[in-house]
Amino acid sequence: MLTKRIIPCLDVKDGRVVKGIQFVSLRDAGDPVELAAFYDQEGADELVFLDISASHEGRETIVDVVQAVAGSLAIPFTVGGGINSLADMKKILRAGADKVSLNTAAILRPDLINEGADYFGSQCIVVAIDARYDEELGSWRVYTHGGRKPTEWEVIEWAKEAVSRGAGEILLTSMDCDGEKQGFNIALTKAVSEAVSVPVIASGGAGNAEHFQVAFQEGKADAALAASIFHYKETSVKEVKSFLKQQGVVVR
Amino acid sequence: MIGIVDYGMGNLFSVSKGLERLGADSFISDDPKELSKSKGIILPGVGSFRDAMSLLEKQKLDEFLREYVADGGYLLGICLGMQLLFDESEENGPAKGLSLIPGKVVRFKGVDANDQVYKVPHMGWNRLEFKHASPVNEGLEEDHVYFVHSYYVDTDESFVTASATYDVEVPAIVGKGNVFGMQFHPEKSGNMGMSLLGNYLSLVEGKEEA
Repeated sequence: MLTKRIIPCLDVKDGRVVKGIQFVSLRDAGDPVELAAFYDQEGADELVFLDISASHEGRETIVDVVQAVAGSLAIPFTVGGGINSLADMKKILRAGADKVSLNTAAILRPDLINEGADYFGSQCIVVAIDARYDEELGSWRVYTHGGRKPTEWEVIEWAKEAVSRGAGEILLTSMDCDGEKQGFNIALTKAVSEAVSVPVIASGGAGNAEHFQVAFQEGKADAALAASIFHYKETSVKEVKSFLKQQGVVVR
Repeated sequence: MIGIVDYGMGNLFSVSKGLERLGADSFISDDPKELSKSKGIILPGVGSFRDAMSLLEKQKLDEFLREYVADGGYLLGICLGMQLLFDESEENGPAKGLSLIPGKVVRFKGVDANDQVYKVPHMGWNRLEFKHASPVNEGLEEDHVYFVHSYYVDTDESFVTASATYDVEVPAIVGKGNVFGMQFHPEKSGNMGMSLLGNYLSLVEGKEEA
């Protein structure tokens, strides 16, 4: 049986992992390779690296990070942030990443999804959606630019559009829940997961192991992503997985 | 020395990095002459079956692989590379494969026997169930490996070393004589994947000593 995936997300800035400060056992908690190895050991099923570098020089360093991680990590990993063109995708995937995640660039030019999927196959193309509930719309609205800019797109419509253009997976972040640690947005996750034929990764709001269980069982998520609760050791991938097993959720 | 076939598709880097982690020497080439010097070949690949076959044919790699195998060379196909070992695929209309193992490649239906919709691609970690003993799974216990695919192989169970369950029984490791295939990505499947690749390497190295 296919297992539900747990995916830690690492923010990378200028080639260094930020928010990795709680790992006192590591020699260098900012080293992407060391952190990747740590999460691999913990039983993470995949990793996501999100490049949050602000400068062009900073973004250039992500290729070195990808190369170093790919050389040592034996589980799949996705790279997102600042990928705006087919050339950017080529650079990241040829450096050894398994998937690229497109967000703002895909909204600004949806053909980018087709180009990536035609060239590399859908399995390499993740479309990341930042969603916030909109009273006026009576549904969730897609935001871009790190959640700062509202778009015309309703989330489910955009998710379907992205999949029809070749997205192989949807990384769905609830801005309403992100950082609150009160659980994933179940209604949103379920709505998108039932609307598209490809796997959906729930993101935003993880605070404890039970939140993952609900995301999988009620939210119909195929995978769930979290950052701070793992980085700050509020729980561990191992703990979450052993809880899920007890609750009848199939995990690796 | 392992030769990795470069025909313009697939994540060659992660396969060669996987071999490097196992301490094996490998090289990447699209030249039959170069590849013929290797003691074992890996045929990787992601993307579409039809595109892959036409690229192989363009570089006469299809003929080469058939001869290489007929001469007793070891061949391992990974993901799309495994599907290419079979007779034909329904991906983008019927397309002919290498016909090294009998069988055809079909798409997951996306709807189960109870009309329940399920996700395609089959993406993520699934558990291998061993069906037959093979040099590739020798000494290993059933464990999870990482799959990403929308098509699977329909073949005789005698060629299936291991399978995984995703609506249907999905052939995950196949073998016929000196030809092997893995539908999942061993280079991305943690320790289990490394052990399976390691077994293939041992097989190839055994041949080198002989």
